[in-house]
Amino acid sequence: MFKCKTSPEVGGMGHSVKRKEDARFLHGKGKYVDDVKLPGQLTMVMVRSPYAYAKILSINKDKALAIPGVLAVITGYDLKEFNLHWMPTLLSDTQMVLPTDTVMHQSQEVCAVIATDRYVAVDGAEAVEVEYEPMQAIVDPYKALDKNAPLLRPDKENQKDNKIYHWEQGDRNKTDDVISKADVVVKERIYLPRIHVASIETCGCVASFDKDTGKLLVYLTTQAPHAIRTIVALVAGHVGLSEEKIRIISPDIGGGFGGKVPVYPAYVVAIAASFLIGKPVKWIEDRSENLVNGFARDYHMDCELAATKDGKIQAFKVSTLADHGYTDSSANPSKYPTGMFSICTGSYDYEHAFAELDAVYTNKAPGGVAYRCSFRVTEAVHAIERMVDKLAAEIGKDPAQLRFENFIKKEQFPYDSPLGWTYDSGDYKATLEKAMDMIGYEDYKKEQAEKRAQGKLMGIGICTFTEVVGAGPSKDFDILGIAMFDSAEIRVHPTGKALARFGTKSQGQGHETTYAQILAEELGIPYTDIEIDEGDTDTSPYGLGTYASRSTPTAGAAAAIAARKLKDKGKKIAAHLLEVSEEDIEWEVGKYFVKGAPDKSKTIQEVAFAAYTNFPEGMEPGFEATHYYDPPNLTFPNGAYICVVEVEEETGAIDVKRFVAIDDCGNIINPMIVEGQVHGGLTQGIAPAMYEGIEYDDEGNVLNGTLMDYLVPTAVESPNWETGHTITPSPHHPLGAKGVAESPTVGAPPAIANAIIDALAPLGIKHLDIPITPAKVWDAIQAHK
Amino acid sequence: MIPSNFTYHKATSIQDAIALSKTHGEEAKYMSGGHSLLPMMKLRFASPEHIIDISKIDGLSYIKEDGETLKLGALTTQTEMENSSLIKEKYDIFSDSVKLTADPSVRNLGTIGGNIAHGDAANDQPALMLALRATVIAEGIDGKKSIPIDEFFHGFYMTALDASDVLVEIQIPKAKKGSGGAYHKVERKAGDYATAGVAIHIELDDHGTCQQIGIGLTNVSAVPMRLERGEEILRGQKITEDLIKQVGKIASEDAEPTSDLRGSEAYKRSIVNTITQRMIRLALERAQK
Amino acid sequence: MKHKITLTINGENVTSEVDSRLLLVHFIRENLDLTGTHIGCDTSGCGACTIMLNGQSIKSCTYLAVRADGAEITTIEGIAAEGTNHPMQKAFHDQHGLHCGFCTPGMVIRSIDLLKNNPNPTEEEIRWGISGNLCRCTGYNNIVKAVQQAATEMQKES
Repeated sequence: MFKCKTSPEVGGMGHSVKRKEDARFLHGKGKYVDDVKLPGQLTMVMVRSPYAYAKILSINKDKALAIPGVLAVITGYDLKEFNLHWMPTLLSDTQMVLPTDTVMHQSQEVCAVIATDRYVAVDGAEAVEVEYEPMQAIVDPYKALDKNAPLLRPDKENQKDNKIYHWEQGDRNKTDDVISKADVVVKERIYLPRIHVASIETCGCVASFDKDTGKLLVYLTTQAPHAIRTIVALVAGHVGLSEEKIRIISPDIGGGFGGKVPVYPAYVVAIAASFLIGKPVKWIEDRSENLVNGFARDYHMDCELAATKDGKIQAFKVSTLADHGYTDSSANPSKYPTGMFSICTGSYDYEHAFAELDAVYTNKAPGGVAYRCSFRVTEAVHAIERMVDKLAAEIGKDPAQLRFENFIKKEQFPYDSPLGWTYDSGDYKATLEKAMDMIGYEDYKKEQAEKRAQGKLMGIGICTFTEVVGAGPSKDFDILGIAMFDSAEIRVHPTGKALARFGTKSQGQGHETTYAQILAEELGIPYTDIEIDEGDTDTSPYGLGTYASRSTPTAGAAAAIAARKLKDKGKKIAAHLLEVSEEDIEWEVGKYFVKGAPDKSKTIQEVAFAAYTNFPEGMEPGFEATHYYDPPNLTFPNGAYICVVEVEEETGAIDVKRFVAIDDCGNIINPMIVEGQVHGGLTQGIAPAMYEGIEYDDEGNVLNGTLMDYLVPTAVESPNWETGHTITPSPHHPLGAKGVAESPTVGAPPAIANAIIDALAPLGIKHLDIPITPAKVWDAIQAHK
Repeated sequence: MIPSNFTYHKATSIQDAIALSKTHGEEAKYMSGGHSLLPMMKLRFASPEHIIDISKIDGLSYIKEDGETLKLGALTTQTEMENSSLIKEKYDIFSDSVKLTADPSVRNLGTIGGNIAHGDAANDQPALMLALRATVIAEGIDGKKSIPIDEFFHGFYMTALDASDVLVEIQIPKAKKGSGGAYHKVERKAGDYATAGVAIHIELDDHGTCQQIGIGLTNVSAVPMRLERGEEILRGQKITEDLIKQVGKIASEDAEPTSDLRGSEAYKRSIVNTITQRMIRLALERAQK
Repeated sequence: MKHKITLTINGENVTSEVDSRLLLVHFIRENLDLTGTHIGCDTSGCGACTIMLNGQSIKSCTYLAVRADGAEITTIEGIAAEGTNHPMQKAFHDQHGLHCGFCTPGMVIRSIDLLKNNPNPTEEEIRWGISGNLCRCTGYNNIVKAVQQAATEMQKES
């Protein structure tokens, strides 16, 4: 276990210190984008398409412009004059900012109304007259592949069908060969439906262009302010918005979960509107706009898992159809179009695997954002963890036992996975054992046998996942070519207090506390004496932002290394002050002392003061350091989750009785915060497992575009989560830490699905896609009668 | 989400409300708690030109027994129902239902009258009113009228209330010895409208024979529905397991649910069967206490 | 049409002219600049806009400002004196009952109202009691603990 090196007052790693950022939120003083009020600020509201696929015959602005207070209606034609009506996506596709002739999904932006006030703008949007000619939408991605399917993207040169790309990894022939000769092969088509992050704060911005200075200031709900600045400069550089004139401020963010990584068209329109009008323009999405734009998942995965008759896994193959909507605007910063999907081989030791994926266009909203997970890891983990359970059921082996027999062993790390990742560390056996002990696995097995004898439905579900988080390294990850490093800049003031700035941006993760703790650990300056600043591109060092559990793996590492640079400088100063040579100086948390004479010492604060007042001759004054950290590898947090459910056969009602989550995220900076992150991720795991899914009808209309029908779990649906840890430090991270906040979102859905399906096994049910609702369970039970 | 423009009027009395309604005619809507109407207006599903706020009218918030009748003032909030000691003591059916309606903050404003007057089969109170054989008291241009609940619900969001009628009171036969009620709904998550809900009110005589029975169903038909065939089977009988099962089956047959996001038609028919049986058992148990 | 309204908000008297359709949440946020009250769902589902109206928690996104004439309103900014914490605020801090902070003001206000009617709730009652307030970050475990802590503290005080 991890042993704290610092006192609770210093508050370094391992201390559950209370969060420094809480006070402003608790007192209603948080500053979110919608709280920004600039002088002369206007409001923008989008007119959106009621159709999933339609030609726009005309847009009549007259009635809207006749409303007092409506200043402008901006259409695609207005943007076309500046060549701003289309924008590139991160994955080399193109996305409309505003359409000129066709809308491609329901709720797509059609035009923007700018008015003096929110209420007037909404009236203006109602008054805009748009004439549409609806066309037959393609909703089913399999139908998009039909030979006769209409071509959805004729605007793209060389686009002959509705396929976006084909991707594959691994040895197809060898994998097929092993599968064809295996004793046992289990197969399943697994669908992970469209879901939406639905952060409680929707997206929005306040764009303010100053015509005199030529400067653009944008307050933006973004997880990646610097990346956005660069993208804006690349997209709008030709109209004069060059990067040094752009300042993006990401203030307090009301939850991100990946949904605040992309550049949404309305951001660009708001910037354009401010650029044209010369006044600040605010746009705040309403909930329906939020839910119907952007999405996560939507993967149809055909899986095959091959094993020997006693359950030794030999090969895994997965062929996926991915529904991307009308453009591939995936907020995916990796060099691979499917992100980290190739982690799908899981926590198990076998040689052969093959994964392929075809992505298609449909008349649905684009997005491809993550949902509190690294890109496509949830899909990958769901596939392998469902299939492992299916294999266990097929051969009649306990799913825990099957996992034990197939786990990558502790001594095999670093482990090269069949699809090319190098797992850094883990002790999967110990982690699962701990989960089984904590929940009382064997007792539940007995109880289940008794209940089954009485005809009752009880299920136990396990998931032993391996995640892959912490992008970079730059060899695997970039955003438009910008390597996925991250940064920290530390300034220790003469009085020994410090300010540290980062290229990341917290959205609730508690960076203001944990980064201060990392610096406290390294420098011995109490965490309460260290201010953390993020989110303003004018003041923070360049960084790629916070998502994919990358902050601790990258910026956290940068903080540690920058602090070590300072410590090295401090050693020279201490030697100077103590009048000994540098070699004679030793360090213990918070102070330098003379080797063999611990009473001869200087505190870090004294050294910091000296750095400004009494530094060695020839030394650069000041006590500051910066580091840009490009990680050598990703981190591979992992965990073992066990869920116990009871299902009522008559009604399909599902009762989650227990849920134990044991995570291994290496060394832990703040156990309280990590536990809180795990709780939150678990609720965002039960959400898609049992409640959430965006539903479309055959015309491409979204059926559940409000929180009345898109079922975000309340405290009632969310069980009392039980958590614990094993600690296997990352060997390559300077603090031995790994990312954690997304593991539970990745690991919980298969554990829950496995439990429910296990409960239904006596009825002959072998698989159900998530969300597994009582209605779905009931239907399945009837179908198996 | 912002409603279209309208003119707000505050009614200071029932007569004031009726006069305002008379002046503005069909374009005016009454608002009490506003938690059914205002969301519809924000989503632009409804755009009344005039809103007459009846929530400030004095004297319409009460829960009292008067002679043989339980009288509920129309502006009584769901929270007041939840906290009423009279309700807790004698009218379990309301305690069951209120806890399952929306959430506490909504219940702080949502009124019992509004829940009924909205004419929405997805609301919980209509089924209770059917089960309890309530009488709705309304005042309008033509004076006071009392409307038996069976004549109240006319269609999808349509009731016996004329545009200017203010629902002022709900009258329910007082709970007597040997009576008991229960309500439950299946919901997708806390605060959701019912996938299916069932309200049961049973009155037993001294020998345990069912003298009167009321069965109301939530959200399994376009109009709040009384399960008449089911009631007939139990009325005048000793309620047996066999009869309960029969009534459950009838509920599943007579309900008119449609497949939607809440589940398939078959699922809903099955659910309504199950809840009907369970609520009859629970109401019976309470009646026998 | 404009209506003159007079009300008390966080102990201060306010008189203002408002349109019929102005939502109370916008009145609070935009007219009074009390931005601690948030907007999350627009349809009274999420509770980010929860405030205290005449001592009861309500969702201010589904309430007309004009109807608040004569009312006494408390928002998150007013539940404790400047620089101090209500026991509920302290409990949320102690128990790590908040992450991004967006749902927090509504959650705190709702939880205070919950304890008013039920000073010693069970875990089950707490979960149902805050079921109209969505939190996407915390998984609710620590919010439940915070309400339990506040309940204990507030019972000691009274």
